[in-house]
Amino acid sequence: MQFYASPEQVQRDRSEYARKGIARGRSAVVLTYEGGILLVAENITTLRKISEIYDKIGFAAVGRYNEFENLRRAGVRMADLNGYSYDRRDVTGRGLANAFTQTLGAIFSETQKPYEVEICIAQVGASPEADELYRITYDGSVMDEPGFMAMGGQAEAISGVLRDEHDTAADLQTALVLAAKALGSVGGENGQTRTLEAKQLEVAVLDRRRKGRTFRRITGDTLTTLLGHGAVPESELGETDAAPPNPAEDKPTVSAAPVADAGKVPDDPAEPADDVNGDGS
Amino acid sequence: MAKDFDPSGRLPDIFTNAGTSSFTQFLTHAAPEMLPGRRPLPPGLAGDMAPHGTTIVAITTAEGVVMAGDRRATMGNLIASRDIEKVHPADAYSLIGIAGTAGIGIELMRLFQVELEHYEKIEGIMLSLDGKANRLAGMVRGNLGAAMQGLAVVPLFAGYDLSPADPAKAGRIFSFDVAGGLYEETGYDSIGSGSLFAKSALKKKYRTGVSTQDAIRLAVEALYDAADDDTATGGPDVTRKIYPVVMTATAQGTHRLSEEEISAVAEQVVAGRMENPGG
Repeated sequence: MQFYASPEQVQRDRSEYARKGIARGRSAVVLTYEGGILLVAENITTLRKISEIYDKIGFAAVGRYNEFENLRRAGVRMADLNGYSYDRRDVTGRGLANAFTQTLGAIFSETQKPYEVEICIAQVGASPEADELYRITYDGSVMDEPGFMAMGGQAEAISGVLRDEHDTAADLQTALVLAAKALGSVGGENGQTRTLEAKQLEVAVLDRRRKGRTFRRITGDTLTTLLGHGAVPESELGETDAAPPNPAEDKPTVSAAPVADAGKVPDDPAEPADDVNGDGS
Repeated sequence: MAKDFDPSGRLPDIFTNAGTSSFTQFLTHAAPEMLPGRRPLPPGLAGDMAPHGTTIVAITTAEGVVMAGDRRATMGNLIASRDIEKVHPADAYSLIGIAGTAGIGIELMRLFQVELEHYEKIEGIMLSLDGKANRLAGMVRGNLGAAMQGLAVVPLFAGYDLSPADPAKAGRIFSFDVAGGLYEETGYDSIGSGSLFAKSALKKKYRTGVSTQDAIRLAVEALYDAADDDTATGGPDVTRKIYPVVMTATAQGTHRLSEEEISAVAEQVVAGRMENPGG
């Protein structure tokens, strides 16, 4: 038997469904620091929530793995296609954010089941002020975040910790300890905080001092040292998924010239945040 | 790109489906006109219309491989370019050099670079060295139609194998023919119009387990010999300070020799030939 459901009701149901799905998973935070952008996800599996999209662009997601993996592949394909057709400098985080917002928006309004994902597209610039962080939610809303953001179940509480202590002039180690503290501020028994260890975290940076591909994963001993308040020389920082520790400057992936990031202020956000659907947090 | 207009504005299915990890396979669906070998060519020979790149040499060393290429591109009897660069990094651990029609060669090389990076990003792991070579062979095969009309391009591929069967042979060289045949070479190899002379020079001088520094000298000597007897290969140009492009691939990744490093080697070679022109 068919019942009439008002569009408002349908939208509300879908939003609620998506928000519940996202809230079940573990959270992720993205924040700028003096040397680049730090992406941290609470993740004990080998399936990745954080990855490289392009030279200066990173991707972090929470929610259903198959759904955000789908979007990640689309992002890599789109970035590589644009970079191949034009130039490596012509691939921008805003372009990707636009494509994702359109896609998620269409899926939200056209299909029975919305995607239960929340995504961050981060683009590192020449200085912390030139960094761009885009939060894209299950309904296609996109927000330009100011220097830090948290996604996932208790994003509001995590954001609160970040808001109080975030400092764009902080070094990597300080930023990482803050990220771990923020992620550990929720989810403990009886509202207690937790101390997250290296093996519970997936960590990567977009290193603003590097030429070409800036994405580096921080794993193993380096991560443990950084979390334990120890300093690690910059040259020993992590690796890409498969690149050598200190790639030569003439890698094929080196952009021909520095990008004028300062000029890329996202003054025309693709879509204003949608009050009806909230931001998923 | 997408055949039908989609009012929702979402990315076409070809972007979001699970599909393949290969960029070229993605292009065959998303933008086939961007692939070399997919364009219809008018009948007739076109070989003399476009510049040709010439000699590349590669040498395996104790630490990995060295690849060097001269800087000349020719069009018939004319020099089309004095400073073309024909040796490039394919990814963090491998090198590609191109001989033949320069335009198609450069396109092939760019596509191959994106192909390797794309796989790495999608899969989160690098292709094996053999996987990379096979992929490149497939791309050369795709150009067979154009090759038969005179627009042939043949690459030379060399790299440092991160998981070699024999650790002493981590540096490996692969050569190709126009039909996409793939052959692993032992020791050294050369392609292009001056390759006969370069290979003859290397045959006499090459020793297994040569150090990278010696191999760089050998490579520049071999290019000098090629330029000596082949008009399409350029020798070290001391008046303009244009020297061969020399790159290495070792456990530390790829490295291109700086202007100073290579000019020092090239000037030594030229000085040596002042005394003994035969090397």
